[in-house]
Amino acid sequence: MANFVVSGTPHVRSKESIQSIMRDVIIALIPATAAGIFFFGLPALILIAVSIIACVVFEWLYQTLLKKPVTISDLSAVVTGLLLAMNLPASAPIWVPIVGAAFAIIFAKQLFGGLGQNFINPALAGRAFLLASYPTEMTTWTAPVGFSGADAVTVATPLATLKTGVMPDATLQDVILGTNIGGCIGETCAIALIIGGIYLIAKHVISWKIPVIYILTVFVLTAAIGRDGLRQPVYEIFAGGLMLGAFFMATDYASSPVTPKGQVIFAIGCGIITTLIRIFGGYPEGVSYSILIMNLAVPLIERFTEPKIFGALPKVKEAKKA
Amino acid sequence: MQALTFKRGVHPPDGKALSAEQPIKVILPKENSELYYPMSQHIGAPCEPLVAVGDHVKVGQKIAESPAFMSSPIFASVSGEVVDIRPMLVPGGAMVKSIVVKNDGKMEEIEGLNQGRDYTTMSNEEILAAIKEAGVVGLGGAGFPTHVKLNPPKDTPIDHILINAAECEPYLTCDYRLMLEEPERIVKGLQIMLKLHPNAKGVIGIEMNKPKAIEAMTKACEGIDNISVQPLVTKFPQGSEKHLIYAITKREVKSGALPASAGCIVDNVDTVVAIERAICKGRPLMRRIVTVSGKGIKNPGNYKIRIGMTLRDLVDAIGGFDEANPPVKLIAGGPMMGPTLYTLDVASVKTTSGLLCFTQEEAFIPEERNCIRCGKCVDHCPMGLMPFMLNALSLKGDGEGFVKHHGLDCIECGSCSYECPAKRQLAQSIRATKKIEAGKKAAAAAAARAKAEAEAKAKAEKN
Repeated sequence: MANFVVSGTPHVRSKESIQSIMRDVIIALIPATAAGIFFFGLPALILIAVSIIACVVFEWLYQTLLKKPVTISDLSAVVTGLLLAMNLPASAPIWVPIVGAAFAIIFAKQLFGGLGQNFINPALAGRAFLLASYPTEMTTWTAPVGFSGADAVTVATPLATLKTGVMPDATLQDVILGTNIGGCIGETCAIALIIGGIYLIAKHVISWKIPVIYILTVFVLTAAIGRDGLRQPVYEIFAGGLMLGAFFMATDYASSPVTPKGQVIFAIGCGIITTLIRIFGGYPEGVSYSILIMNLAVPLIERFTEPKIFGALPKVKEAKKA
Repeated sequence: MQALTFKRGVHPPDGKALSAEQPIKVILPKENSELYYPMSQHIGAPCEPLVAVGDHVKVGQKIAESPAFMSSPIFASVSGEVVDIRPMLVPGGAMVKSIVVKNDGKMEEIEGLNQGRDYTTMSNEEILAAIKEAGVVGLGGAGFPTHVKLNPPKDTPIDHILINAAECEPYLTCDYRLMLEEPERIVKGLQIMLKLHPNAKGVIGIEMNKPKAIEAMTKACEGIDNISVQPLVTKFPQGSEKHLIYAITKREVKSGALPASAGCIVDNVDTVVAIERAICKGRPLMRRIVTVSGKGIKNPGNYKIRIGMTLRDLVDAIGGFDEANPPVKLIAGGPMMGPTLYTLDVASVKTTSGLLCFTQEEAFIPEERNCIRCGKCVDHCPMGLMPFMLNALSLKGDGEGFVKHHGLDCIECGSCSYECPAKRQLAQSIRATKKIEAGKKAAAAAAARAKAEAEAKAKAEKN
């Protein structure tokens, strides 16, 4: 007689998988990636390709050498590689993404147990490592010359100009579209990032809470604190890496809170630290560090924001009893 | 009317099209086939046989009962000879002492059967006794004795009697067919229940994906003041007792409490029909409607069977498996919560609502990956738990943490596992730990009781 399969319930599963989620993140990053290549030309394309390949190769290498199941097909290394490249200046030498990928994949991700176990965002960890180790390569910004063949002259980012107390030449339209401004490959075209973010929210890959509250917090605080003589909250939320960070980095599953209330606290925290670094800190931009710092607070936040269960009993007050 | 629902939950593909349009067909056991009657088909004390090997039993004869209040007697559904009393496999996977009756095919009925009564002239005590004596239990799946449910403690007044017609489990259509084919009996059964609780109103909750059932039941309720039909959002687990109560009354049944504490009694459609049969027709619980479905069966449909028939006899009687695409997985009940079977040689019991025959393609079990902490299990858990965390605690063997994070409140609906993109066996691990921890809790309670008794005894001896 036939043997029948015996298994635990449920016997039907949704179609969604880790791979399909990662695929959605990649789809959501296509507009910003295309914009980055359009503005910064061939060097951007090469950096993106090298970064993705390096991340996948390091993951495969680590897992093969340690005789672990190889999980590169889940596409998470591709996402890390793409995000890492988005956080690099187009002028970075080709070895920069390779070093960054090694740190992101091996140190930030695999040593802690791989996908889902990393307590900080691997791409951001890679970027932070690069920024600390190679500050010159990581902060040399070039003008968006695209494929025109013109020499890419060095420029300051809008946020760096703001830091000096001067309103940048780039208009609000420029920082929304990414025209005429310097910056990381993937961060300059705010509108492309917003389109990708809306796609992720519509596909239920991420919740609206973290990006919207994060951006709102920066907006409100920038408006409230202001810089010396400059109060440009609308301009500031589109400039720099805020859109990239809010939609694609702060929402990283492994390093952000699972609980709905926790996500709100996390997003507010990111917003506060970002604004403080931007206005009072040594760096012109604070998105990466604010997310990394809040990543570290996630276990604590989750501990205090566990949702109320259905049919929760009223809390017994021990003190009163005694 | 606006459709009501609860918070969170999931939307699995419903698979009901396979059997929804198949009218209920009566399947009688074949002559000389053996029927098994396990002694425990309900929550509560198991029954003891009233018959011995060699006895001749008739249809409707009580063959097992227990003196305990929390129990329910068992009736022969065919006439024939008791050939054996031995442990047999039940759909849940346990071996339970069972009475084996060889069907003589005569369907000889015991005297006194079919003495229907007019419930309006009966006292409440008489109605409850008649329901108990007919062996009626919750036919939705849990098997809670109905006479116990209908008789809650005096200090918990009942203001709602809810008929659970959500049938939120995918594939199952037995309740749906019953509503289309016998709506007036459901209403009659509900009226009997309402007689016991005259201050309550009766509400029949039906999911929106069954418009014909809503129509049929609304028509059957016409002109009856205290009964209404309430459409519900199609969402799993809408038919969970606690979530049905919440959807209709917005009351939360507190952790560890029974529905009666929220002023509600919830019974499944088929249970209500069983009440109607017990009182108005004078027939004890001997039949039930079973949905047989899945791609691995030749003739998916809804069948009225005699309780005790083996599932093998049922499958044979309806044309067998699809030879071209035979099933590789058998499920007793729905695909979200039903246990798998490793053989068809299992008796149908009071709570067998379905038999699903899943083919290779339907039975695919994806590989388990790392939890990516996407939080989908938290977003969908109808109980508001954190399944990914309970899963981690279970795998670690941290029972204390599991209880602290409300693991014992899990209703095992499987919504978390359904949604999980990493395909983790969340519900399975939580159920296992729940069993261990619930056992520990019960043991601790028993030990405390024994200690208190011993102390009381010692004290008494001292004096």
